[in-house]
Amino acid sequence: MFKRKSNSDLAAMEGRKFGLDGIMTALSFVLLFIIVVIPIFMIIYNAFFYQGKFDLTLFTSVIFDKENLKAMGNTIIIAVAVTIFGTIMGLFYAWLLGRSDIPAKGFMRALFTIPYMFPPFFGAMAWDLLFSGRAGYINRWLMSTFHLRTPPVNINSLGGIIFVECSYYFPFVFMQVVSALERMDPTLEESARIAGARQSQVIWKITLPLVKPAISAGALLILISSLAHFGVPSILGFSKNIFTLPTMIYALINKSGGSFEGIRQGTALSILLVAVVAVALVIQKKVLSSGSYDIIKGKSMRPTLIKLRGAKYPLLFLACLTLLVIVVVPLVMIFLVALVKAYGLPLVWKNFSLSNYQKVFASPATMDSIWNSLFLSVTAGVVCMFLGVMIAYVINRIKPRGRNVLEILSILPYSIPGTVLAIGVILAWSGAIFKITLYNTIWIILVAYMARYLSFSMKSASASLQQVNSSLEEASRACGATHTESLRDITLPLIKPAMVSGFFLIFLPAMRELTTSILLYGPYSRTLGVQIFALRDAGMIPQAAALASVAIVIIIVCNSIVTWITKDRKGA
Amino acid sequence: MSDKNQVVLRHVTKKFTTRTMGTVTAVDDFNLEIKEGECFSFLGPSGCGKTTTLRMIAGFEDLSEGEIELCGRLVSSSAKNLYIPPEERDLGMVFQAFAVWPHMNIFDNVAFPLKIRKVARREIESRVKDALKHCSLDGLEKLYPGELSGGQQQRIALARAIVTNPKVMLLDEPLSNLDPKLRETMRFEIKELQRQFGFTIIFVTHDQSEAMAISDRMMVCDMGRIMQIDTPENLYRKPNSRFVHNFLGESTFINVTIKDSRVYPKGDETQAINITPPDDALSEMVIATRPNAIRLTKDSGFRTRIEKRIFLTDKTEYLVPVGEQLVKLQTPHRVVFAPGESCCIEIASPGWYPPEDKEAEAERARRQRF
Repeated sequence: MFKRKSNSDLAAMEGRKFGLDGIMTALSFVLLFIIVVIPIFMIIYNAFFYQGKFDLTLFTSVIFDKENLKAMGNTIIIAVAVTIFGTIMGLFYAWLLGRSDIPAKGFMRALFTIPYMFPPFFGAMAWDLLFSGRAGYINRWLMSTFHLRTPPVNINSLGGIIFVECSYYFPFVFMQVVSALERMDPTLEESARIAGARQSQVIWKITLPLVKPAISAGALLILISSLAHFGVPSILGFSKNIFTLPTMIYALINKSGGSFEGIRQGTALSILLVAVVAVALVIQKKVLSSGSYDIIKGKSMRPTLIKLRGAKYPLLFLACLTLLVIVVVPLVMIFLVALVKAYGLPLVWKNFSLSNYQKVFASPATMDSIWNSLFLSVTAGVVCMFLGVMIAYVINRIKPRGRNVLEILSILPYSIPGTVLAIGVILAWSGAIFKITLYNTIWIILVAYMARYLSFSMKSASASLQQVNSSLEEASRACGATHTESLRDITLPLIKPAMVSGFFLIFLPAMRELTTSILLYGPYSRTLGVQIFALRDAGMIPQAAALASVAIVIIIVCNSIVTWITKDRKGA
Repeated sequence: MSDKNQVVLRHVTKKFTTRTMGTVTAVDDFNLEIKEGECFSFLGPSGCGKTTTLRMIAGFEDLSEGEIELCGRLVSSSAKNLYIPPEERDLGMVFQAFAVWPHMNIFDNVAFPLKIRKVARREIESRVKDALKHCSLDGLEKLYPGELSGGQQQRIALARAIVTNPKVMLLDEPLSNLDPKLRETMRFEIKELQRQFGFTIIFVTHDQSEAMAISDRMMVCDMGRIMQIDTPENLYRKPNSRFVHNFLGESTFINVTIKDSRVYPKGDETQAINITPPDDALSEMVIATRPNAIRLTKDSGFRTRIEKRIFLTDKTEYLVPVGEQLVKLQTPHRVVFAPGESCCIEIASPGWYPPEDKEAEAERARRQRF
């Protein structure tokens, strides 16, 4: 029945196939080796080897340093507290929006996207303006009205850091749980009612156990993000000498003025941070693999919403109020302080002017930082978009030997704290190997962004490729198109939406990046986040606020463009 | 089965309002009396209101109008704003997607209703064991639902429903997620359980053959209205509407024009069909019959020819032109005509319905989207 192909045919076909696929596979391995493997290797090597010899003295001295141990303690206390409070908060809102008949759900959902859009260190800046010691606006007001001797709230404390991080990280649990509740088959709950369980019993015995995997997934995401978090503890903690591991690493390197000794100490501390995060990752893997149920619904059916009755409007008021306070107030505060002539002046009309904006836009360093961030975000976005597609294609379609390695390598940097990644990049690209020196240039930041964000576009492209049946490409081959033509005319157009969203998944966080940039920037390669941080550090708080407000506007505009683009596609 | 009414619906109406569709009357003035021990089916296409009605009986939906009585107790009433919650209605219910709890093993799933009722531990054990045995699940107590097949999961749901010994069992398309062979077995098992425990069954399905096989009586509904309630045989033999005729079993419809009490195929008045129209016939009608009720002969009846012959496993199907329409009929294999051959057909005592209503079709499509 089948005509046997002659050997030469087969060879030609294989040969052509090998051509493109082979190049892509090799390129993926090489690039990931350069971007990911080398920096990681350099960290481990430098922590344990000194001048080519195995040497643990530095490592042990850093680890048993009292200050460092305290920083580790702080890191863990903050992360655990943020995880607990963030989870409780996320759960409460998830239940309210997913299972109760509370009105204004759309409005509240819109508020939840705000913490995703803005970097937590903006929030930290704003809360600092309101509650920092005797200078904070609200503290001063409270002290003068109630004749207090001491400031009533001190945001520059562990509690303050926990509060601000919480307000930015609780949506992790909220999003996970709300989507689990929406996907859940409502008859699972209804059959418990039929079995005789009251509404409250259903929540405790059926609903909560079933969304437990989603809760733990979100909670562990909070834990890991908080462990590696730099912005909030640096803004709120430095003035009171409260350090966490990431801020301690920054402080060490900053203090030593970028000398190799400082970097080495930072490297050893990085290993400590990685170890803490690794423990969290192991727990995550264990917990997530232990309990995943199939709770997807069969028939599309609205879940029975719980009637809040009398509690409806009080709860709505409470929910909207807390959301407004923790999400909107900080942003408004930044805009107000941006207008004030000097920090500390009352926020009244006669003290407002646009002089801060004039100063900001007149300063070449500031304008540079905006262009740098735009350049870095767009470049990292575009490059990672194509790299992500290529690696996803290699992993999902070509399936070469070692594709698991490829997959792990592309996702790994995501779990590595940004601070640690930055140190790895410094060690790798300051001329230590291949004599390539990117230090103090914008390119070193680009390399770090690429390593950090590649997994975003890779995952997005991978998910999309899995949706595109490989028979579509085969059909194109059957119609006479070559492998390259099929790729260009069939597969790529089909995954284009995923590529576009992959770009924005990188562009948006890169625009507001602080953690890695702060360790990598040079005199001419400040980014937006770094410049805001530096202005504030230099005491020019209204100017920092002005620049932050510019960043907020840029982010809002970019986000609107994304929404507009994605909406447009759905309509077509 | 006794004469006592177990489930009574009086003027039950349910209206939904949505942003996109406006107000839709999902259930329009349903009146029903289901007897104790009866197996009663709600049958109809999706969007006909059958599931909404079941959910109102279960207590998951309130009523826009009317009232529901279960075992002589008023459980829902819109006038009195009375709604007994589902957990206090003492029902058994089995859902389409099984709805067995994946975080509990089989024993715990079945024991759940008893634990909620604070039944003594030893009694729980014996009753769960008993229920599992009746559903041929004994020995699987320690397994989790994820480890079982669809059929077994549905048996867990059944065991969980019978363990409290309810008087009324609600079955919401319980078989539609199972493969055809298993469906037949489960159908038999459900009937067997009913025989042993004597509960009343309300069975919701869109599968007419399933409803026919299991029911004592059934209700056919369409677009939120009850079309007909009767025994399966009467519904098949004496459907009161074109919709019911079409929904149960295979149907053949012929559009006809009536002139001077003679019946012509629509659009072609050269040859009349030899049947007598009813007295109240309109000038345009649809006659309805079953493909196997049309007789195919050499020379008695309406003269036509064989357009197409299709060999099916247990019968032969022919398509013959009647005027401008192609009519489907089925014969045993021994009646053999060749394609193109001249033949005659005889239609005995067909159903007479007014012509198709385009608006009703559009409304049905709208509801299915909803």
